[in-house]
Amino acid sequence: MTMYHKYDAVVVGAGGAGLMAALQLSRRVPTAVLSKLYPTRSHTGTAQGGIGAALGNLEEDHWEWHAFDTVKGGDYLSDQDAVDLMCREAIDTVYELEHDGLPFSRTPDGRIDQRPFGGHTRDFGKAPVKRACYAADRTGHMILQTLYQQCIKNQVNFFNEYQVLDILVEDNICRGVVAVDIASGELHTFHAKAVILATGGFGRIYRITSNALSNTGDSVAQVLRRGLPLEDMEFYQFHPTGIYKMGILITEAARGEGAILLNGKGERFMQRYAPTLVDLAPRDMVSRAMYDEIRAGRGVNGRDYFYLDVRHLGRERINEKLPDITDFVKTYLGLDPAKDLIPIQPTAHYAMGGIPTDLDARVLVDTSNTPVIGLYAAGECACVSVHGANRLGTNSLVDIIVFGRRAGKHAVEFVRGAEFAPLPPQPQDRVREELARLLSGTGRETVAGLRQTLQNEMWDLASIVRVGDGLKQMKERLADLRDRYSRVTLGDRGRSFNTELLEAVEFGYLLDLAETIVVSALAREESRGAHFREDFPQRDDARWLRHTFIRRVNGNLELSYKPVTITRFQPQERKY
Amino acid sequence: MLVHFRIRRFNPEKDPKPYWAEYDVELEPTDRVLDGLNAIKWYQDGSLTYRRSCAHGICGSDAVRVNGRNRLACKLLIKDVGNRIEIEPLLGFRVIKDLVVDMEPFFAKYRSVKPYLINDDVPPLTERRQSPEQRAAFDDTTKCILCAACTTACPPFWTNPDFLGPAALVAAHRFIFDSRDQATQERLELINGRDGVWRCRTVFNCTEACPREIQVTKAIGELKRALLYNRV
Repeated sequence: MTMYHKYDAVVVGAGGAGLMAALQLSRRVPTAVLSKLYPTRSHTGTAQGGIGAALGNLEEDHWEWHAFDTVKGGDYLSDQDAVDLMCREAIDTVYELEHDGLPFSRTPDGRIDQRPFGGHTRDFGKAPVKRACYAADRTGHMILQTLYQQCIKNQVNFFNEYQVLDILVEDNICRGVVAVDIASGELHTFHAKAVILATGGFGRIYRITSNALSNTGDSVAQVLRRGLPLEDMEFYQFHPTGIYKMGILITEAARGEGAILLNGKGERFMQRYAPTLVDLAPRDMVSRAMYDEIRAGRGVNGRDYFYLDVRHLGRERINEKLPDITDFVKTYLGLDPAKDLIPIQPTAHYAMGGIPTDLDARVLVDTSNTPVIGLYAAGECACVSVHGANRLGTNSLVDIIVFGRRAGKHAVEFVRGAEFAPLPPQPQDRVREELARLLSGTGRETVAGLRQTLQNEMWDLASIVRVGDGLKQMKERLADLRDRYSRVTLGDRGRSFNTELLEAVEFGYLLDLAETIVVSALAREESRGAHFREDFPQRDDARWLRHTFIRRVNGNLELSYKPVTITRFQPQERKY
Repeated sequence: MLVHFRIRRFNPEKDPKPYWAEYDVELEPTDRVLDGLNAIKWYQDGSLTYRRSCAHGICGSDAVRVNGRNRLACKLLIKDVGNRIEIEPLLGFRVIKDLVVDMEPFFAKYRSVKPYLINDDVPPLTERRQSPEQRAAFDDTTKCILCAACTTACPPFWTNPDFLGPAALVAAHRFIFDSRDQATQERLELINGRDGVWRCRTVFNCTEACPREIQVTKAIGELKRALLYNRV
């Protein structure tokens, strides 16, 4: 067999979760990291505001308070054992990052500085608390850089610009992956005892998104195609402050530092929706409030946008605390945040759902927590579930660090006691077939045209506010898009760096995942966190306090449900 | 507005040599140059090849030469370039296809300056202390996104590809001036060699090219002074 590699462990994706897992693994067992981008290009690098951990450097704080906020923020759909573990381990992992060199912003006495963030409170909801540890407004950039630097120090084997196209799972055992070396176009089989999936999110399903062009949910869709379930796919977060029309994120840290939101009448409209936390209410509530304001004609100029006002912070504080967003606003809008209002609108931001895992990041095959042997997932592509129905700001960085590390640690122990399971006889066949079909297409459809249609329709019918009829309509649209996808023709039929071909493959992933979102959302006849059904506007704990599992069986998507783990925080009405 | 693109293209699989391809695209003045590239790839010629990811100047994928200057295609608006845009790959690296160049030599230089914190003391139970002033000493150089715009704009690098180049020196600065790092002397020696910091001729092209507005030449100057006076 040509292009065959054998490693005890293979990590797919080189953002925060992948690099954290790689660091644990590569010190102890032969490990390869495969990434479709150079690691420093990963989307972790765009995270701005901070990483939440109850260090208590500026005021009293406890990880139990952090856990409560996470559970309440998630509208009680989070599994509370996972949340406890994450909030507890967050503290040590932040110190570990500091020891690894992360240049956090500092307090006058030299400790890690912390600031308030949406939904993070003291004493179980009493008032905002300073919990977000940060490095100016480039916290994600510094996490990505620091982890990549530690990987260099530990001589991790990187396969840069190798895009994984299939995960070899058979008989509930993971045996490796198939990847294309983008530069040469050659397929490579990686035989492994353990595979850790860490490929991030899939915001490119929607028209307006903060996500990178590469956030196409690759491994999430591949897992689905291998007959495994996905969890809670209907819960997709829309961040309230994306730059108008572009979707580029303006960090919630701006509001953490004191910025306010204004509607078209110049009102602080959030006072009506969240009297205690106001502009620092969780993202789902702010985005939904914006939707209501737009419908009441109170967007700016009666349109679909609002203003973020940071002017009163003063130029010095803006430059020190928010230099990158100042740069974005200047570059893309030609505005000066110290003098001008910033036009913003909700932007598709984060998938709470994904590949179901247990507390050690092992991928689950069913609702009774049976793990797939040798397969792990961590970060946004996974669903533990710590974020429940709505993720709190800063908790994505906590998630990738804590669960990336746990995946790595568990996989080390696993591979030490495991043998290599045999590869299937022709491991590359599925990928070869898929690529050959796309390369030989002769229809009249283009990937770009179909993708634009998908993104527009998902935005209109399956985003912040959903309704049964709209979701049914979207289901039909998706069937039509799938049909048209079979008639796609490519202009580039070469081997080397054929990014048009890879965009076509990625569009197939977006299509699969959009369908899981729509089918899961249509079934969930209630409103919870980021999933809001106009026809079922109340949360319904009696029927729906449970996780959705969705899998493809003989071509059809089938749903099943799993109870939520509730320990100390009983569901209450969610008010801020 | 109608924008005319001239793009340097080369696919070693089939082209005997590089050539210029021309495209006309209808764009908004506030669109990014990257939006123009995407419009060409998506609706005119799918074989046009370039790297891109975040599309807002953070991931560092899409550094290219635009009208003779190194820029991130996603951080440059059409209205700031005009309606005639010429795009070429970065200079000094092998072209893999069209605007995609081989970045391995660039990352090899980055790795050569030991770009990671070295501190062999047993860490405390909480954070290592660092004052805001100590933190400020290397703030600027932590912004680097490794896009290679600076290094490939540097005339000494063009004439001597073995020169470490500004990006690797920025990485060295980031750790040499970090109060927590203990490998200052080791790193100073690394950049003091034949192909190190003294190749810099203070042309300022790097500072001009940096999409993160890092004062690259200033940082290199601080490294030179650290070597001359043996003081950080």
